[in-house]
Amino acid sequence: MPEVAFASGVFIPLPGAPKLTLPLDEVRVSAGFPSPAADYEDKRLDINEYLVRNPVSTFFFSVQGDSMEGAEIFDGDILVVDKSVRPNHGHIVIAFVDGQRLVKRLYRRAGRIALVAENPKYPALDIGEEQELVVWGVVVGKFKRFGA
Amino acid sequence: MPVFALVDCNNFYASCEKLFDPKLKDRPVVVLSNNDGCVVARSAEVKKLGIPMGAPWFKLRDEARRYGIVAFSSNYALYADLSNRVVQVLSNFSPSIEVYSIDESFLDLSGFERVGYQTYGAEIRQRVADWLGLAVCVGVGTTKTLAKLANHAAKKNLAGADGVCDFTTMDEHELTKLFSCIDVSEVWGVGRKISARLEAMGIHTVQQLRDSDAETIRSQFSVVLERTVRELRGVSCLDLQEVVPEKQQIMSSRSFGQLIYDLADLEEAVANYVGKAAEKLRAQGSLAGAVQVYIRTNIFKPEVPQYQRSFTVPLPEASSDTRVLTKWALKVLRRIYRPGYGYHKAGITLMNIAPAANQQFSLFTSGGAGDARSQALMGVLDGINGKYGRGTVRLAAEGVEKAWQMRRENLSPGYTTDWDGLPVAFARK
Repeated sequence: MPEVAFASGVFIPLPGAPKLTLPLDEVRVSAGFPSPAADYEDKRLDINEYLVRNPVSTFFFSVQGDSMEGAEIFDGDILVVDKSVRPNHGHIVIAFVDGQRLVKRLYRRAGRIALVAENPKYPALDIGEEQELVVWGVVVGKFKRFGA
Repeated sequence: MPVFALVDCNNFYASCEKLFDPKLKDRPVVVLSNNDGCVVARSAEVKKLGIPMGAPWFKLRDEARRYGIVAFSSNYALYADLSNRVVQVLSNFSPSIEVYSIDESFLDLSGFERVGYQTYGAEIRQRVADWLGLAVCVGVGTTKTLAKLANHAAKKNLAGADGVCDFTTMDEHELTKLFSCIDVSEVWGVGRKISARLEAMGIHTVQQLRDSDAETIRSQFSVVLERTVRELRGVSCLDLQEVVPEKQQIMSSRSFGQLIYDLADLEEAVANYVGKAAEKLRAQGSLAGAVQVYIRTNIFKPEVPQYQRSFTVPLPEASSDTRVLTKWALKVLRRIYRPGYGYHKAGITLMNIAPAANQQFSLFTSGGAGDARSQALMGVLDGINGKYGRGTVRLAAEGVEKAWQMRRENLSPGYTTDWDGLPVAFARK
């Protein structure tokens, strides 16, 4: 046993004593070399931050069906839909057509407007003059939780 | 000079229902009160049919079939979430906001005159539409009362353009003309009773109220109405209330889905209401000094025996502990309960509410260790319920089965608040 441990006023932790972890910003070091980690605290990865850029305008939809598998959107996936993103040609979108809520890729080129599936089983859905298409929001991501 | 905007969501509840369901486009939609009793919100299509607010749903069955009206039970979780989102969008447009109700907010726009309020209002409207798919109207004026009136003008298309009406750019002549054709009952704070009395005095229009003698209004009515008159003239008397004042009373009451005869069922209901109210009480950091309980039979069925009773008990010392409040509420309930009646409604009110910091301890209790334990327990309770939903952890007295729970037969899914209620995007075409 080193001698210093027996000097009066020296605190010796009991083996197996309960630990109290403190967040870094509560530890004040008054002298010496500052912790090189001090500037990096609270930067743990957050899945919300990754998937959701604009929380106010972001909504979730669940997927049923296989017509978007080519875009890696599978039955049971949950889609992250951001209404603040302006829909463009090539975006995957939530579309309201003829009373249906669909997930499709938006085609808008040379006067043709269509909703395109990402599965050869399904033909493109051309939007005619009389038909109304509401692009509800743009799909910006997806996620799924496995039952483990 | 201050400038206020009132931003109001059009047909808010009905619009929330329509937002996620493409089948509801252009269809008449109503939202019903608790227990699916009366119409509390109408879509534009329903308003056009002339169906009034508050109409009992069972009387509308014929119209519903004829016009294909779709009825929803109140989905408050959905409305509250969308309401919060609207407020978040609005907070990008002004540093000070007063959330006046679930679908209305006042914004302080002082200092934005260079942008032009009409343009700014149009931007607000566009942003809410783009980000949330909800339609709002914007009214701008130099007082809150004028902003509210401008909102009315915008909504009814009486002035302004595209759902935005700015009184600050209208001259006196235009305003007088407009105010002369708006009914005095449309003025903020002028209810049915006051407008009837005003009409008896020959004051029918907004302009007539604006021109009336403020002193007379004060002596015949109140300081409040006098202030309204001054506000109509452009003298700002009401500031934004950014901080909601703490509630002096917290009520929790419901009509039952079916009549309740047993004391045991009533006890469960009352315990449940106390649980809810106590949670709110603790959330605002207050203690209640008294508990009131009331029960009543169905007053709309005069053919069955009627009974109603309420009773208030002061607590030996103020508390926010669900267990203490429930104990007293149940004591009161057992005292006022009479067997043999079919009860239709029960409610509790927490009264004499004061901040926890001002607590007076009773002479006969410790106010020490026991109190800290109670606080810790209630903290854990609120923590768990906050995370996993209200009622996850509750007193046994609240019961499990809930025969008395309200009827919500046409409830739409919690599209934004429940993982199992997410709208489905179909990939089948």
